Amino acid sequence: MNLEILDYAFMQRALLAAVLVGITAPAVGIYLVQRRQALLGDGIGHVAMTGVGLGFLLSWSPVWMATAVSVVGAILMELIRWYGKTRGDIALAMLFYGGMAGGVMFINLAPGGSNANLTSYLFGSLSTVSEEDVTAICLLAAFVVLVTVGLRRQLFAVSQDEEFARVTGLPVRALNLLTAVTAAVTVTVAMRVVGLLLVSALMVVPVAAAQQLSRSFAATFAIAVAIGVSVTIGGTVTSYYQDVPPGATIVLLTIGVFILLTALATPLARRRARAAAQAAAQEAGDPAECAIPATRAPTGKVGV
Amino acid sequence: MKDGGTRDEPGASPVISLRGVTAELGSRPVLRGIDLTVNRGEVVALLGANGSGKSTAVRTVIGQVPVTSGEIELFGTPRRRFRDWSRVGYVPQRTTAAGGVPATVTEVVSSGRLSRARFGVLRRADREAVQRAIALVGLADRAKDSVNALSGGQHQRVLIARALAAGPELLIMDEPMAGVDLASQEVLAETLREQVAQGASVLLVLHELGPLEPLINRAVVLRDGCVMHDGPPPQALGQHALPGHDHVHPHAAHDAEPIRTGLLS
Repeated sequence: MNLEILDYAFMQRALLAAVLVGITAPAVGIYLVQRRQALLGDGIGHVAMTGVGLGFLLSWSPVWMATAVSVVGAILMELIRWYGKTRGDIALAMLFYGGMAGGVMFINLAPGGSNANLTSYLFGSLSTVSEEDVTAICLLAAFVVLVTVGLRRQLFAVSQDEEFARVTGLPVRALNLLTAVTAAVTVTVAMRVVGLLLVSALMVVPVAAAQQLSRSFAATFAIAVAIGVSVTIGGTVTSYYQDVPPGATIVLLTIGVFILLTALATPLARRRARAAAQAAAQEAGDPAECAIPATRAPTGKVGV
Repeated sequence: MKDGGTRDEPGASPVISLRGVTAELGSRPVLRGIDLTVNRGEVVALLGANGSGKSTAVRTVIGQVPVTSGEIELFGTPRRRFRDWSRVGYVPQRTTAAGGVPATVTEVVSSGRLSRARFGVLRRADREAVQRAIALVGLADRAKDSVNALSGGQHQRVLIARALAAGPELLIMDEPMAGVDLASQEVLAETLREQVAQGASVLLVLHELGPLEPLINRAVVLRDGCVMHDGPPPQALGQHALPGHDHVHPHAAHDAEPIRTGLLS
């Protein structure tokens, strides 16, 4: 009974896509959250709409077209961040809304196209995930995992402190571009399952939820991916049985997990704060550890 | 080995050399032709009021701010061609070591070892170097804690441990004492003293000399993007650690004129 849903080829494809989205979205999202660009995914999602529209208009695969256009959009955003610091937000806004308008325009210009075609891309749709879509999603997800796990130390350093990363000799600009491109690829991976308008939630909310429990980056990464996979599978299965839209179900589930973990974390945080206060008290009452040489002590006192 | 005797020696090899450097932020000129040299084993303090261009000068050295004219050399190599970044440890001007995601002290300090790690793979020796750097700043017992749980002074210690993780010969520090409690100030001064004793060269951006004064060989004072003084540290300054006091300029005045005419031409 439970495994009945696996008998349908479209559900097999949908579940595979869901698992890949659950892994990739938080894996990229963690670096965006770390560099405090949590809404970058949302912006790329808007730009990707133009790609979907162009795909319909030119009768090419909307997934690959959306990938190409959102990668170009992500690179543009990164360039705006470098060169146009003063009015960067305005330029980004134009890119976002231009991308959305372009999508609506192109899809209506396409023969037989209407906004209805766009809806499945905006909000996600399981039954329309095709064989080719799954191939594309697998390839793109492999790229995302390769980058986010293989280059985790470099991406961590650049996202934590760009200025310092430069002095370790890391190619900071190349890594920033790679992050933006990887985020763009993730948006198109997730597009079929959660939809363009909700992609960003799956990048950001699992990371925010994981932070409630974790102290380290590695643990945050692992917990966020675990949450991502759980909610995408949970949401997909729920949408099959209850006939509710998968994207919305997944996002609401994720927010539910966030609220749950926040409630659980409050007593945990209190315990940690107590431990930290104890450690601080120990340090204050333990100046011998600092090993201030006797000759230095007078100078230090005069200085303050 | 060579340290101590190299101060102001004409033959000493400079580890940092700026000649006639100008830079702009936006379209506002911030550096108007700066000459700055740090010789091997020397501890140089870069002083000046807010907005005098201290931080910008340091950021041109590391390549964060582009120069509009002039030359910068690191270890005798033009900065554009300099690749030996494991010889340089940098402490940026930050009040926090934390990013948008929790990270442990070890994770943050490990970033500093990347300049010695091939393809970002940290080997056993690298991990040990990271732990040594954390121990140097007295945070060994907090190594597995999230940096979010640390005090302001401890954040600064983490940033310095990160700069030390690669075992650099040259330390560049931008206001390392800003917002640091007394206990951390002493730890930082002691850490710096050890590094200098081992032959490290240091360029420090400071608002006031403070507890680091005994370490400093030479002070360079900036004002409005020009060098006003380059010589022994202004003596009276150390006693006046009050914020907002810039007793720098009166002491610099007698030196300033000949230097200034050369720079503004």
